[in-house]
Amino acid sequence: MRFRLLEEEPKDEKWKWEEYMTKNNVTRRGVLKSGAVAGTGLALPTIFTASSAAAFTNEPTGASVTLGFNVPQTGPYADEGNDELLAQQLAVEHLNGEGDGGCLNTFSSKALQGNGILGKKVGFVTGDTQTKSDAARASAKSMIEKDGAIMINGGSSSGVAVAVQGLCQEAGVIFMAGLTHANDTTGKDKKANGFRHFFNAYMSGAALAPVLAAEMGKERRAYHLTADYNWGWTQEESIVASTEALGWETVNTVKTPLASTDFSSYIAPVLNSGADVLVLNHYGGNMVNSLTNAIQFGLLDKVANGKDFKIVVPLYSELMAAGAGENIKGVLGSMNWNWQLQDEGTKAFVKSFGEKYGKPPSNSAQTCYAQVLLYADACERAGTFNPCGVAEALEDFEFDGLGNGPTWYRGADHQCFKDVLVVRGNENPTNAYDTLEIVEITPRAQVEYDPEHPMFAGGELGKCNPGA
Amino acid sequence: MDAILLQILNGLDKGSAYALIALGLTLIFGTLGVVNFAHGALFMIGAFCAVTLQKLLNLSFVTLDETQKDFLGNPLKVETPFIEAWFGPEVGATIIDWSVPLSILFAIPVMLLVGYVMERGLIKHFYKRPHADQILVTFGLAIVLQEIVKYFFGANPIQTPPPDVLSGSVDLGTMVGFDPNAIIYPIWRLVYFGFAVGIIGAVFSFLQFTTFGMVVRAGMADRETVGLLGINIDRRFTIMFGIAAGVAGLAGVMYGPLNPPNYHMGMDFLVLSFVVVVVGGMGSLPGAVLAGFLLGILESFASTTWATTTIPGINQIIIYLVAIIVLLTRPRGLMGRKGVMEE
Repeated sequence: MRFRLLEEEPKDEKWKWEEYMTKNNVTRRGVLKSGAVAGTGLALPTIFTASSAAAFTNEPTGASVTLGFNVPQTGPYADEGNDELLAQQLAVEHLNGEGDGGCLNTFSSKALQGNGILGKKVGFVTGDTQTKSDAARASAKSMIEKDGAIMINGGSSSGVAVAVQGLCQEAGVIFMAGLTHANDTTGKDKKANGFRHFFNAYMSGAALAPVLAAEMGKERRAYHLTADYNWGWTQEESIVASTEALGWETVNTVKTPLASTDFSSYIAPVLNSGADVLVLNHYGGNMVNSLTNAIQFGLLDKVANGKDFKIVVPLYSELMAAGAGENIKGVLGSMNWNWQLQDEGTKAFVKSFGEKYGKPPSNSAQTCYAQVLLYADACERAGTFNPCGVAEALEDFEFDGLGNGPTWYRGADHQCFKDVLVVRGNENPTNAYDTLEIVEITPRAQVEYDPEHPMFAGGELGKCNPGA
Repeated sequence: MDAILLQILNGLDKGSAYALIALGLTLIFGTLGVVNFAHGALFMIGAFCAVTLQKLLNLSFVTLDETQKDFLGNPLKVETPFIEAWFGPEVGATIIDWSVPLSILFAIPVMLLVGYVMERGLIKHFYKRPHADQILVTFGLAIVLQEIVKYFFGANPIQTPPPDVLSGSVDLGTMVGFDPNAIIYPIWRLVYFGFAVGIIGAVFSFLQFTTFGMVVRAGMADRETVGLLGINIDRRFTIMFGIAAGVAGLAGVMYGPLNPPNYHMGMDFLVLSFVVVVVGGMGSLPGAVLAGFLLGILESFASTTWATTTIPGINQIIIYLVAIIVLLTRPRGLMGRKGVMEE
């Protein structure tokens, strides 16, 4: 495999395998490891049989390589999925040398030349996750089995991310997660073939806590409303831990059914509970409705325990902010990235996306764009599409120029570490897109944690699976 | 005591939406004998009537403000609604502010038309088909309608705020002698409850005190005999379908300020509303209203911390639990006629 690639490489580019391996900490071990695993393929539970002659699943043999973009195209997160798809298409254009190149011009790694990946033109297929785990697995499986997708990227839910990540691990393809914020994705459910660029609930808590202390003080009593599923639980756990470490007291934690559409019966008792802060561990439509209900009940106009009542939404997205409208004014939360950042990577991506689509990108779009570029770059640096080589190239990779400043893809759990944003609903937005303002850019060091942290314990990364 | 009153208020509020949708469902089942699974979609279309009028009132012309920049560094495009240019900023802003109440006037003809087209164009072909066929075709229609709405308005919720004067909350507790902050309640939720009571009263009065209503009631009791008397009962039932669609639509218009409309909101209410109809008694209009409010209040109490701590998950199953108990002990529902759904 490696020699064939070397033969295909244009001579004028002076492509040097050894140089790449040394410079980027890529070893033969990763590629050899995959060979060993592939050699024992008969003993592995694999869902594939057709490509058993290949060295790894969906090994590209023609002039092109196919990526699989698995995003919600129907269901409540369809708009977010559409934004991800726009960014993924833009990334493919840039990889193929079309458009203005976007972040290829600012990325610290210069392995990508705008001539596809390893000289192969990049194509893509799309799947609809519907934000349902079973549907997402089915669409990813179809893209891998029928369309020959070598990497799966996208999604707007942790449940979907964990499900698809598990499938990709079995199938022997790389999963570059989209929007997934639960600790478990790179905690107890982490997988060797899966990589998360997006931040997580622990990081939200770590970033938010100092800002909450500065703005609201250290003697607060918090009331949590939490979406009753995996992501909600991990976020509640993270925010409770970080705020109690400040000295806050947790008055109550109430789980609300995911299917809830009206939260009045959960909001109504908050004022009489002795709490002076409401934390909404909700996302998407749940968050839009619970925040709208909280504003209706006039919580932000009240005084409790001698303090102005406050609301916190630990995880924000641009689409949620748009859905919540004026209700988010002054409400604090956190984000993975925002188009208003001023680093060169962000500016390049926003310009490219904005000129093509007429609007700034969302943070889920940015994470998908970055993930596609990171995958392509890892293939180039590894000199192979073999998932084990790609995984090794991504592990402990340090880079800059894709937004959020210097970033580290930790090898121990495949979690990306970068600056995290604390944002607030803009009191005076000037247009439809600046509904959130950046309050603080929390340095990466402040949100880092040990891979064995109790909130992430219980899972094993395992070994990479090249499939086939 | 104040907590109990607060949950009763919440229940009446939720129950208002259940009762209005269930009332329409019962009207259609009672008159046409059709199980209309597209009824939730009519509720959703009503809410989107408010969204549409809000968008129409906000149609704007664009001027460039060279002093401000957009996200790409180009001069900022400032949008000024035509209505503010035509009527002056203050009057224009007031009209936009009152877009939800104004949407009632917009929604009535739209919903009557939607109901008429739906009944004449599709549902009338299924009158003599089994209920299973009716359910399948109306459920399919609901999916089509919600996908059309999603195509034009997207999947994200869209805020339709109430007029400024009716937003915010009132301290009802202090009015009846409780401590301040004991019973804080949003004004628009009180408006919604009052509106629901008004609509329900109007529908009952229409059926009870008009000749048209009397004929419809007679037709519901014995369609064949009324037809033999030379009355075109089918035409009246078609009009009743339009009225039922109108009731669902108006319920949707006024619901928007409580929770921002999205294309899926009809489905969220549909199943619950059917449970309400079954509990109230298939074909019983007072039963639908009574069960709507009753289940709304029960759901509200089941969501309290006390209830969820005592019986975890009770908030998610209470309505279905009640439905099971009612069906086991009184299959015709609380106020259903003897013999209906009992054979």
